Amino acid sequence: MERREFIKLGGVGASALMLPVSGIAVSADQLLDKPMDVAYKKKLADIALNAAKAKGATYADARIGRYLNQFVTTRETRVDNIVNTESAGIGVRVIANGTWGFASTSNMTPDSVAKTAERAVAVAMANSKFQTSPVKLAPVKGVGEVSWQTPHTKNALEIPIKDKVDLLLTANDAAMKNGANYITSILFLVNEQKYFASTDGSYIDQDVHRLWAPFFATAIGESGFKQRNGLGNPVGMGFEYLDGRKEDKIQVSGASVGYKNSYDIVEDAAAAGKQLKAKLKARSVEPGKYDLVLDPAHLMLTIHESVGHPLELDRVLGYEANFAGTSFATLDKWRSKNFQYGSKMVNLFADKTQDYSLGNVGYDDEGVKTKQWDLVKDGILVNYQATRDQVHMIDQNESHGCCYSQSWRDVQFQRMPNVSLKPNEKDVSAEDVIKDVENGIYIAGRGSFSIDQQRYNFQFGGQLFYEIKNGKITEQIEDVAYQSNTQQFWNSCTAMAGKSDYRLGGSFFDGKGQPSQVSAVSHGCPTTRFNNINVINTARNV
Amino acid sequence: MTIITEKHAKELLSKVLKYSKADEIECNLNGQVGGNIRYARNTVSTAGEESDMILAVQSTFGKRMGVATINEFDDASLEKVVRRSEELAKLAPENPEHMPVLGKQKYLESKTYFESTAKVSPADRAEAADASIKPSKKNKLVSSGFLEETVTFAAIMNNKGLFAYNTATNVDFSVTIRTEDGRGSGWSTRNFSDYKLLDTAEASSVAIQKSMGSVDAKEMEPGKYTVILEPAASVGLLNNMVNNFGQRPADEGRSFLSNKLKEGEEGPKNKLGQKMFDERVTIYSDPQHPIAPTAPFANDGYPLKRVDWIKNGVVTNMPNSQFWAKKTGTEYMPAGTNIIMQGGDESLEDMIKNTRRGVLVTRLWYIRTLDPQTLLYTGLTRDGTFYIENGKIKHPIKNFRFNESPIVMLNNIEALGKPVRINGNMIPPMKIRDFTFSSLSDAV
Repeated sequence: MERREFIKLGGVGASALMLPVSGIAVSADQLLDKPMDVAYKKKLADIALNAAKAKGATYADARIGRYLNQFVTTRETRVDNIVNTESAGIGVRVIANGTWGFASTSNMTPDSVAKTAERAVAVAMANSKFQTSPVKLAPVKGVGEVSWQTPHTKNALEIPIKDKVDLLLTANDAAMKNGANYITSILFLVNEQKYFASTDGSYIDQDVHRLWAPFFATAIGESGFKQRNGLGNPVGMGFEYLDGRKEDKIQVSGASVGYKNSYDIVEDAAAAGKQLKAKLKARSVEPGKYDLVLDPAHLMLTIHESVGHPLELDRVLGYEANFAGTSFATLDKWRSKNFQYGSKMVNLFADKTQDYSLGNVGYDDEGVKTKQWDLVKDGILVNYQATRDQVHMIDQNESHGCCYSQSWRDVQFQRMPNVSLKPNEKDVSAEDVIKDVENGIYIAGRGSFSIDQQRYNFQFGGQLFYEIKNGKITEQIEDVAYQSNTQQFWNSCTAMAGKSDYRLGGSFFDGKGQPSQVSAVSHGCPTTRFNNINVINTARNV
Repeated sequence: MTIITEKHAKELLSKVLKYSKADEIECNLNGQVGGNIRYARNTVSTAGEESDMILAVQSTFGKRMGVATINEFDDASLEKVVRRSEELAKLAPENPEHMPVLGKQKYLESKTYFESTAKVSPADRAEAADASIKPSKKNKLVSSGFLEETVTFAAIMNNKGLFAYNTATNVDFSVTIRTEDGRGSGWSTRNFSDYKLLDTAEASSVAIQKSMGSVDAKEMEPGKYTVILEPAASVGLLNNMVNNFGQRPADEGRSFLSNKLKEGEEGPKNKLGQKMFDERVTIYSDPQHPIAPTAPFANDGYPLKRVDWIKNGVVTNMPNSQFWAKKTGTEYMPAGTNIIMQGGDESLEDMIKNTRRGVLVTRLWYIRTLDPQTLLYTGLTRDGTFYIENGKIKHPIKNFRFNESPIVMLNNIEALGKPVRINGNMIPPMKIRDFTFSSLSDAV
């Protein structure tokens, strides 16, 4: 939608809130005023690139960003806070003497931009004294002037505050009427307006939208309290995600509802209230070996931790050794071409192109066009996730397009693309997966998660746990967590549902790097079964 | 320049206040200038310098409040952010829990700024990294580390007379040194306000020793062990516990500090005044701590002073909000900005010498909640886990996953050593009996 058209539409019914800024009438709850003109961004970027080259840089890129966020926080019957944030600036990255340098500033006068580029070169020069192997970039052909926008039908920043507040308070009310004593619900809305230019001849203007509407409900009983978080997912789309369309709901008999490409937060909050009541009375799990059936809103996190992170090439190579860690999925395992990451039915792929996903962009933050590729094929490890300066280390000459920075302020580096599990070619349902399980547990929603720094040993909880007996869900149980080893776990995968059950889950604030940066990433998968997994009981007296 | 003087901050915020049409306006202005260097595989990987300044404006009409932030400071942007916060406030429903902003306050002296840290150059950072990389190379080891120094300032002003300003410096260094074959890994970290105190070669020598000493780790059965937790190992669990000390969740029945009352039963709703920990446990916050100082005010401009959270094992204070303090008739007590835990005089070496059988833990990793009612956490040991026998480190052992609660930990104290600064806190090494390890990890 054209911006000016929106301003006109947005003014309807909100005229009292119009306010003049730079001569354009803009409603204050819309946060959309004063986008920087593309021609001006190009001019500033060229100043940075030329200044860097003049000081001896052999490569330079400039990212001009305007980052808009809106957060609405509610608790029970009231609004705690409404916050709009706006941050703009430029980050310049260079290679000089074969070494990276970076500097950024919020002062976007031409003089400040040139000086920032020069500082980046100075940092590169200072560090090049200790550089042992010069940076080697995979080639990228300049794409000229292009633009890209997250597909969406309702720009969340254009939706009136009142509608957002009403939706959250209605959800809170539904949870409390059905059994919750307390609930916090939040709307996180993100809009990254980012412009990338490089000495390769690319000028890329992107408008990225993401949102997340989590809630956290609590019920208190005689013997303590229980919590249940929302089952909605963070997504790369507009406010239409909160339409809660019927066709996007998947009900598993006797258990919870899962959500595909739209989310009914009020329905989920009402269910949370009822399930909390059941949680307070639920039987504590008997520890032991169980067949687990994991719903997509839960399994997405297991994929994130046990597949997404270990296959980040910077971890494999040791660049993250001091923080996030290294990886068990070493290069020799990949080179052997026979490392059995999972059972034969396990196919895991990476992409930054799936509609509605958090990773979806046209180009990454070093100007590489995004794509899809295989990581694990028929159970065998076949590839990693890499950036331009890394792919030559795995004998490839095309970047995977995995470069990202959380803002103009921070240097871009390798971040996880969407990593997803391919659904069963036969389009079986979640209930079909459950019906063959004799003694198992169905787990929905993401709970506690912890994994070691090489991604072998992990332990996951969930939001909802249901006992499965002889192919049927019987009752809610509590205090469940499973402990396993990545390779063992994926090799115990024995069944999965088909594409009509496939859903995207996501992580809105995935942390990595030093200084630490967040990124948002999705993971798609169907309901999937894993046999004979060790389940522990997390209840304890102190 | 995004570090501005007290005078300049006052001028800028006074200008912002003039744009206000709200009943109340409060502005937080925060700026940061910093530099960092990151290295891996014995060479520099990324490095940079970053600077930014953010203005947050909170406007209130009656009990309606809105907040907007911006990082541009021309007059039009300043007016825009004020208008935007006011419009949000008008759109917000009334918040019955809204409390008025504070008036003029008096603050303790700040001891958080060190010129040496503000003067660090790219060349200084590169040399500090080199002092870590060189000895690693010499020992045929692989070094990766991170050094970051920052100068920050915070200013608060409102239209009821409050003004607060503080500048602070901080330097963080951490290094992981691994053997070339990946069978050994060691780590160490340093954190100061004053860059002069940082010696990256000294810190790296500890990581080198642990790296070479952790090759050929043996498996031990999971179970309950006496452990010596280095400060970096216990700080995460202590942080989690202190973050859950709030009075309101306790009063509402959803905290480990809630008193479980039966229906109709009268009595205190929280555990204030109860002895919950070993009597050697005293934990407090103190903005004027000589080694780990913080700004002398909270985000709302309320003056910070020393507050004991746990004294001799007894829950002494619980942080709350202004609203909750008023509602429950208690003193307003914002959360602390550091954790100072009292210890003893024993060094880590002395503690090892005095241990017949135990496990030395360098650090804990990926700590997550399992049960908020008991503060049961899980996570793993990392980068140097050793078996101690008869006062000596006998051999390295494979990493463990733990499932344990800091409440149990702080009841099972055998000994406390001399506190050191870690992540802005002061934490002693601790010897703890019956610490629960639940499974083994192959990770090195």
